[in-house]
Amino acid sequence: MLEFLLRRVVLALAVAFAVSIIAFSLLRLSGDLAQELAGANATALDVQLLREAYGLDRPLWAQYLQWAGQVLRGDLGRSVFFDEPVADLLAARLPVTMRLGAFALVLALVVAIPLGILAAMRPGTWVDRIALGTALVGQAMPTFWFALLLIVVFGVKLRWLPVSGNDSWRHFILPAVTLAYFAMPALMRLTRAGMLEVMSADYIRTARAKGLRPSSIILKHALRNAIIPVVSVAAVQLGFMLGGSIVVESIFALHGVGYLGWISVQRADFPVVQAIVLVLSLVFVMLTLLADLLNAKLDPRMRGSRR
Amino acid sequence: MTVSSSTLAPAPARDGEDPARMRRRPFPRPGNSSIAIGATILGTITLIALAAPWLGLADPYDSNLAIRHVPPVWDSVGSWQHPLGTDHLGRDYLSRLVYGARISLLVGMVVTVMAGCIGTTLGVLAGYFGGRIEAAIDFVITVRLAMPLVLIALAVVNVVGSSLEIVILVLGLLLWERFAVVARSTTQQIRSQEYVAAARAVGCSTPRIILLEILPNIYGPLIVVATLEIAHAILLEAALSFLGLGVPAPLPSWGLMIAEGKDVMYFSPWVITIPGAALFVLILSINLLGDGLRDLNAIEGRN
Amino acid sequence: MVLRAEGLNVHIPTVHGALWPVRNVDLSIAPGETLGIVGESGCGKSLTSLALMGLLPVRARRHADVLEIAGNDLLQLEEKQMSNLRGDTVAMIFQDPMTSLNPAYTVGEQLTEVLRRHTGASRRQALGRAAELLDRVGIDASRQRLAMYPYELSGGLRQRVMIAMALMCEPQLLIADEPTTALDVTIQLQILDLLVSLQEEFGMALLIITHDFGVVARIANNVAVMYAGEVVEHGPVGRVLSDPLHPYTRGLLSCIPVSGVHTRGRLLPTIPGQVSPVFRGADGCGFRNRCNRVFDACESGEVPTRFMGDGRSVRCLLYEVAQGAAS
Repeated sequence: MLEFLLRRVVLALAVAFAVSIIAFSLLRLSGDLAQELAGANATALDVQLLREAYGLDRPLWAQYLQWAGQVLRGDLGRSVFFDEPVADLLAARLPVTMRLGAFALVLALVVAIPLGILAAMRPGTWVDRIALGTALVGQAMPTFWFALLLIVVFGVKLRWLPVSGNDSWRHFILPAVTLAYFAMPALMRLTRAGMLEVMSADYIRTARAKGLRPSSIILKHALRNAIIPVVSVAAVQLGFMLGGSIVVESIFALHGVGYLGWISVQRADFPVVQAIVLVLSLVFVMLTLLADLLNAKLDPRMRGSRR
Repeated sequence: MTVSSSTLAPAPARDGEDPARMRRRPFPRPGNSSIAIGATILGTITLIALAAPWLGLADPYDSNLAIRHVPPVWDSVGSWQHPLGTDHLGRDYLSRLVYGARISLLVGMVVTVMAGCIGTTLGVLAGYFGGRIEAAIDFVITVRLAMPLVLIALAVVNVVGSSLEIVILVLGLLLWERFAVVARSTTQQIRSQEYVAAARAVGCSTPRIILLEILPNIYGPLIVVATLEIAHAILLEAALSFLGLGVPAPLPSWGLMIAEGKDVMYFSPWVITIPGAALFVLILSINLLGDGLRDLNAIEGRN
Repeated sequence: MVLRAEGLNVHIPTVHGALWPVRNVDLSIAPGETLGIVGESGCGKSLTSLALMGLLPVRARRHADVLEIAGNDLLQLEEKQMSNLRGDTVAMIFQDPMTSLNPAYTVGEQLTEVLRRHTGASRRQALGRAAELLDRVGIDASRQRLAMYPYELSGGLRQRVMIAMALMCEPQLLIADEPTTALDVTIQLQILDLLVSLQEEFGMALLIITHDFGVVARIANNVAVMYAGEVVEHGPVGRVLSDPLHPYTRGLLSCIPVSGVHTRGRLLPTIPGQVSPVFRGADGCGFRNRCNRVFDACESGEVPTRFMGDGRSVRCLLYEVAQGAAS
């Protein structure tokens, strides 16, 4: 078990660094960072000075090694624009993004799981069609458009919810709903499929023969087995949400990591961008590890294979 | 043979209360109607997009500041001159909408073909050879999955400069992971079949086997993936353009149109609802088509 | 009578018309008695047992003139009331012990939940009772077993757990659908003997469903032979085995290989033909296509059940008195 964990952590680090290499290289190879930093009005001398100041004239591998070395020592660099350590910036904003992601995931699950169960219990009826229809609509809706619609309807016309900033928990509602709306369909379909499969299992027939109540059969016996793939997919979905929160955060002006990434990209604040890429990819791989662990814990058959 | 006139088994107190007494109504096979509806809508949009230059539309780039933000024809102020109104530069919205379809479809198709080639190659290699090659490709796939896609795409476009070609290139080089995963698993299934062993026993070379035995048998699921990735690519391009780092102005990308209309969306909501609805309908039709194909594939796969 | 069923029918509407996989079945079992239902695959014996429990698949409908278990009129019961009976008054065990237990919960959990559902027993009490029953069904180290998961047990052990589970509330009727078919031959006998001893101890009625005459011979008092959805012969086991009346029963019994009789070089006897699905309009005797005693009257009309005395009955025109023969 410990060996398994250790291997996965090492893999996580390897992946994160591989991603960071790619991002590092892309940032430098696709154009002239120094020029970007300096802006349109800078002279050639300004650009050259900048280049030297940030070490952008050195060979790529040298730059990377230096950066990697710093990271391993805990130094994520310094933001060009904010003139603060990147670590501080991230520490301030990561919680906002995590909160948003968690909120969105919970919302998605709270809708997806009951809906999936209902749809599986009555396949082919209008309940099922509504569920599948909602899933279809959710997957077809562009996130940013949905966000704008929510803003217009709830923020302006109805004036129920705030649409900008992140001062109170209320500010998270619309952004979380936006993100949840996109994640919900996959989770619902998975729940529905899982339940349909499980309900025809022999042990459900046994449960009925024992005279157990329907709620017990569905929730205790069936769901417990059907939910296993949903849990691991949910963990991965959280990872995608964190990575894709840029759009939502920038529309709602939530000061999270995504928003930070967005403005840093615009300003070519490359130390920040690099650090964010590293952190996000690390989080993602950790989440997949978490998903696998949950899978192993919940699936009794997997326990059996290790005996 | 007569049936004794007797009491029927009691109906449940409340429908669905007990799973043992579920009622089920006959379900029209989702596969067939999904494909039909999806293909029809998609086909219509494609035809309109292709025929755009000959439809007698206004020039999508022709700006006329005198007629900015004219409402669509159903508004009291609107007219048939500009059935869907005009945008902030006085350009005809209907025309931009139709030409925008060309951009979305172009991006979707080209990106999917590129990503499909990359992903399928990687997946087939991993599935066929297994071992270290598979482990290496697996690592590459994980790396790709772990990448915050939007951020990286934004960063690249920002430095290189935004253009339609760059967007297509970046997305095409990044969206291959689902192809790879599906190609790998299906290749593994096919590889273990007997006719592959037979081909090798006869002495067929590996490239021959891959081309003649493997590829023809895996294209089913890959087509399904392709349709869904087309939708994915279109949505991503729209998101990038919305953020300002996708297809550049003055091209009529639907995402860009939404971004441009964002400032006036409170007063003139149609500016964002129209392109948004268009995106929605396009993606919906593609997803319907993909779902239908997937159901079809599953049924055939079982036979 | 613990079980009384008269005119039990099951029908399934399909696109091509209605199927009647169970037709006009009469069954009865007295307390302490064992009835065996014998028949080949597809004869409707499993559906009969599911119909008794009210556990038919979604599209199937049940009809009966009389359907009583332990004095409860099942035809008048709502689903909720029926589920009160299941597990408590009437219990069922199934064929495949490998998949009939939920892999996600321990043995103890699955045992105790039956008792706690039907009585107000606490967890402690229920666990105690579960351990007792595990002992009784021949499982050693019962306390430890309670904490185990199904995947940790062998097939024979799991089937014993299923039996214990069925007995938790001391049912008056136990239905066993092919309980030994999926088990090793050596285990089969143990399980059968276990069922018999439990039956004596708990005084319950036992309905055992099987395709194996040997099982019936070993543990049943009475036997009902089913073919294509109907009970074609019924009676005390000894009489039916020694003197089968219906041509199908005779054919079945003669198919059993007997050493000395069926020696090398000789063909094993079989019943020619195959069972065909039975549609609503089916008329005449269902066995006529395979019967070696078939005659004209068998082609149409209803074949009534004729009572032969001695508790035997048979559904065959051979036994109809000449006048009033099937119209």
